[in-house]
Amino acid sequence: MKLFSSFGQYLLMLRGAARKPENGKMYWKELMHQSVEIGFGSLGIVVIISVFMGAVSAVQTAYQLVSPLIPRETIALVVRDTVILEFAPTLICIVLAGVVGSKIAGELGNMRVSEQIDALEIMGINTKSYLIAPKILGALLTIPLLVIISMVLGIYGGRLASALGELVAGDAFDRGLQNGFTIKNVYIGLAKAYSFAFIISSISSFFGYYVRGGALEIGRASTAAVITSCIVILMVDYLIAYIFL
Amino acid sequence: MIELRNVIKSFGDKTVLKGVNARFDKGKTNLIIGASGSGKTVLQKCMVGLLKIDSGEILFSGTDFVTMSGEDRKLLRQQIGMLFQGSALFDSMTVEQNVMFPLDMFTKWTRGEKLERVNFVLERVDLKGVNAKRPDEISGGMKKRVGIARAIVLKPKYLFCDEPNSGLDPRTSMLIDKLIHEITKENDITTIINTHDMNSVMEIGENILYLDQGKEEWKGTNKEIIFSKHEKLNDFIFASEFLKDAKDMRALEERGIIDNDRNMDEILKEGSIDAGEGKE
Repeated sequence: MKLFSSFGQYLLMLRGAARKPENGKMYWKELMHQSVEIGFGSLGIVVIISVFMGAVSAVQTAYQLVSPLIPRETIALVVRDTVILEFAPTLICIVLAGVVGSKIAGELGNMRVSEQIDALEIMGINTKSYLIAPKILGALLTIPLLVIISMVLGIYGGRLASALGELVAGDAFDRGLQNGFTIKNVYIGLAKAYSFAFIISSISSFFGYYVRGGALEIGRASTAAVITSCIVILMVDYLIAYIFL
Repeated sequence: MIELRNVIKSFGDKTVLKGVNARFDKGKTNLIIGASGSGKTVLQKCMVGLLKIDSGEILFSGTDFVTMSGEDRKLLRQQIGMLFQGSALFDSMTVEQNVMFPLDMFTKWTRGEKLERVNFVLERVDLKGVNAKRPDEISGGMKKRVGIARAIVLKPKYLFCDEPNSGLDPRTSMLIDKLIHEITKENDITTIINTHDMNSVMEIGENILYLDQGKEEWKGTNKEIIFSKHEKLNDFIFASEFLKDAKDMRALEERGIIDNDRNMDEILKEGSIDAGEGKE
């Protein structure tokens, strides 16, 4: 019962966030601020994870390719498809659910507990559209970009690890990358990235916006936001894979 | 002026406001007093629209806030300023940005005009040269003053203050009270203050509403509260023996039985004080 009531509240929150803003200029400023916070704020961790993710993927694929009948170039093909289809969108977004999601929930939770949201409401500002909409839009703008960066760096990491570990030569790896490449996989990866960006930002906003209590509840809300986002991301990941592949 | 007519508010089975009727006058500091859990904060939150009432009327200059359209309510809210118990300053902004925020949101003024207004209100609350500081870099009293500056920057018609003195030392509390009182008079605002602070009651309580368990129990001024015979009110205000004695002394003084200028020993020698006299 509580699940349905929470889902209803979540939908109402989204409806409130979609309302016309009071002052477009201020909302634009807030959107830019959130885009920088979400995008640049997470760039470092995305770069590190992506390079190592591609490298590990190359090493493990090479380890499993024991048959002399399968060309070593296949390593590049496997790295490419796993990174584009799964690792870059899903793994990165699960990490972002922790980094960005907890930040959004914590920020809104703190604003709620310290009555900053009430202060905005009393001024006559629609707090859902002023506080939540820029976060969702900011995430939709920047997370897919981060995923594209992750795709490129993941493949580069795989190439680097292959060359350093003498698993496959650089030019052979490049040939393997072009072998059987289909743009559809990139589109599926991006569809996942947009869906996950919405899930992370909206679910985290929901948990933060409706916090009641004090510091302890803010912590709980952040944890709940991350866990819920991760579960929903995995469910939607399966759904997209099932429908499009 | 704000008028409340039979305001009822419940949370689940618990009725917090049980038909409150009150009138808060323009140009006066109107105080809502009462013990913790008496419904003061809920009443104020209902008045500013943060909580929906179950029934009754909340009239702002004769217009019912409850039945107002969303757009009218938004416009009315721009005429409301509120000082929160914890100041509720935006911690990601500087003092200047905090005070300028309502102007950024609701006016089309130039940056220069906005800055002029911000500096004017900051100066009015005795805060100069703190524009670039963040809320975590200033004291509790300064935060309250920034809160007041932000609340009055749009020249509101109604000012709500929730426990403006909580967490402040007596001297700073008195300064905040004085400031709110002066601003109320200068701008002819309807000011409503929730407080526990008896100094505030005595100093600036021009119109006092005493709430007990969600019902208005007593209304009057700071002069009248001293001589009130209302038992619950007296228990609340004169909670300590010291204050009860002080009340008796004040009563004797008001009735001309004792004179502050005379030596107490002299009065006692004359035997002019009957221990029971002056008690209500």
